[in-house]
Amino acid sequence: MERILTKLWGDISNLPESRKIALMYWTVAIVLFGAQLLFGLLAAYQYINPDFLYSVMPFNVTRMLHINAMVVWLLMGFIGGIYWMLPEETGIDVVGAKLGKIAFYVLTGAVAIVVLVYLFIQWGKGNFFTMWFINEGREYLEAPRWADWGIVAVMAIIYYNVLATVLKSGRITGLMGVLLVDMVALAGLYLTGMFFTPNITIDQFWWWWVVHLWVEATWEVLVGVLMGWALMHVLGTPRRIIEGWLYLEVLLVFGTGILGLGHHYYWIGTPEYWLGIGGFFSSLEPLPLVAMIVHAVYDAGVHKLKTVNRPALFFIFLQAFGNFFGAGVWGFMHTLPQINLYSHGTQMAASHGHLAFFGAYVATNLVLMYIALQYIRAPEGPILDSKTWRIAYVGMIISMVGMVGALLVAGFAQTFFERAVGGATWQDYIVTQMHPWVKVPMYWRLGFGILFFLFYFVLVYDMLTIGRKAPTTETEVKPA
Amino acid sequence: MEFGWLEVTVASIVLTLVLGSILTRGRDWLDPEFWKRYAIVGSVVMFIFLWILTFDTLSKTKIGSERVPSPTVINYKIGYEYNPEKGYYMPVVYKDQKELLFGKEYTEEEAMELITKGKLVIQSRACMDCHTLLGNGAYYAPDLTKSWLDPKWEKIVVPMTQAKDKAEAMVKFLMEPDKYATWMRRMPNLGLDEEEAKAVVAYLKWMATINTNGFPDHFGESKLVKF
Repeated sequence: MERILTKLWGDISNLPESRKIALMYWTVAIVLFGAQLLFGLLAAYQYINPDFLYSVMPFNVTRMLHINAMVVWLLMGFIGGIYWMLPEETGIDVVGAKLGKIAFYVLTGAVAIVVLVYLFIQWGKGNFFTMWFINEGREYLEAPRWADWGIVAVMAIIYYNVLATVLKSGRITGLMGVLLVDMVALAGLYLTGMFFTPNITIDQFWWWWVVHLWVEATWEVLVGVLMGWALMHVLGTPRRIIEGWLYLEVLLVFGTGILGLGHHYYWIGTPEYWLGIGGFFSSLEPLPLVAMIVHAVYDAGVHKLKTVNRPALFFIFLQAFGNFFGAGVWGFMHTLPQINLYSHGTQMAASHGHLAFFGAYVATNLVLMYIALQYIRAPEGPILDSKTWRIAYVGMIISMVGMVGALLVAGFAQTFFERAVGGATWQDYIVTQMHPWVKVPMYWRLGFGILFFLFYFVLVYDMLTIGRKAPTTETEVKPA
Repeated sequence: MEFGWLEVTVASIVLTLVLGSILTRGRDWLDPEFWKRYAIVGSVVMFIFLWILTFDTLSKTKIGSERVPSPTVINYKIGYEYNPEKGYYMPVVYKDQKELLFGKEYTEEEAMELITKGKLVIQSRACMDCHTLLGNGAYYAPDLTKSWLDPKWEKIVVPMTQAKDKAEAMVKFLMEPDKYATWMRRMPNLGLDEEEAKAVVAYLKWMATINTNGFPDHFGESKLVKF
């Protein structure tokens, strides 16, 4: 493994074990990123040509793989980020390096088995064997129950590693304090999704505890920790400022996001008070995202954009703005119940999901990976920079905006025609899908998706090559 | 106990502000400790409110409650009507009109067993990765929340499958959706046997009786499609 990591990332002989584990996670994460895009393209093409792979790999399989690959790679990216910052925040190497590596192999092996079962078995009879060993069939949480327990076990090991290392070091920074609390919440919430009930209202009630309280609460706080740490390294922002902002963000994320959960409880059979509670608090959910933008832009301005790591800095901007527009603005667009009554379950949610995940989470992982690349390949400077990351950066943003725009148009059209003018029936659905405002955007989405996939390769090429050549640029500021 | 959204909203915010002010008294607002204390208070208060509302919601959404009826509703005719008092569409179970499913009247226990099977089948085939149920899922195929009430079953699928009624047509369709396609985007054959297909039909009928606060609005009353 060490040989592979050296080849991919550079000389890692002096890295603490914790950071080697980070690179292991990130390597798999980047591969799964590619898998996410590939299955996304297949699913997008099936919208245009439904006969494509119709009896081999129907849409529910390609779509499931598209989203599951995304969830797993982002999670692996975050774990990598945690392992990367751990030695610096604690001043010592990770306590259970061997255990950490075993957990990595277990998780990677489990993911591989789950994917193979999705691909080649796909579905089983309607019984508990299928739930445990093939597919649990709950959107985003399709992984069979054995894999759920595997994920919990792996998360427990990672948590032990972070906690034990912090305790052994005898010091706890604000970042690590928030991280430790957030990880408990993150792992605890996953447990609420591991049961079967015939009552679909109760099922979806707890299912949203996992999905919403992950992506709109605990993941956002985790990203706050990782981005805070990144700002210290990329711009040299003082820790005191970072930690003050982080606490404010935690207040705003949890203060709005916990009861903002109510915006998923409008139409699933739950009481009417969720319409008001969900509408009010979810409307405030963009607040912490505004705070993050102010934070990033202010810090960059104070330092006059001088940095040791240009790609990381620009991915920080992407994170701040992408998170604000994707999660904040696009989420706000359809969060009020009066609008959501018609837009719920349309491509508007897909538009929001694409931009939010790209901005909030993909960008965060790329920031951390570029910081690692700078540390490995150019620890004493010069500035980490290249032409190819710029091409990948601009290309990915343009392609994502194209996909998001296309889905938004389709979502609006569905909202108007299928839901408001039509009666939301099967035939209303079909007629709307054939409407040019839905049909044509599906071509745009595929085209921009292909473009995004091409820029993914540019990004991977850049990550493999950046900083390996002789220095050509003067260091702007000393690396932290 | 009845909760109003405004009371909950105001109480959670006021409690956060009051407790936060007490715990940060005398501290400079630029001190990270000030925000740390507010962050802890805000998170804990909101989480406590979420738990209180969770217990209330769970008690109001048990199977057999007003919002999520007993599965024996599958023995009756059901509809979806505008409720002027509520201001939204609600499912209606016509208790005076029997509409037996597959010619059988199900007891509470039998009906429960049937819908449990239906849910297992729906999950085993990852239906949510093409369809939406209660509006959640993927957008490749129609929403199934009130699918039982969809006029297309009677207008198109019954004659197409030469079934004697809607329920039988739905079973035939689910067992061989590739054979009864009505559009270029066909549902794949997911190998449902008759027992599984019947369970799914029962589930769809039962699910249509859940009070979803008016979602989807005016289901089936379309200005877009005329049969």
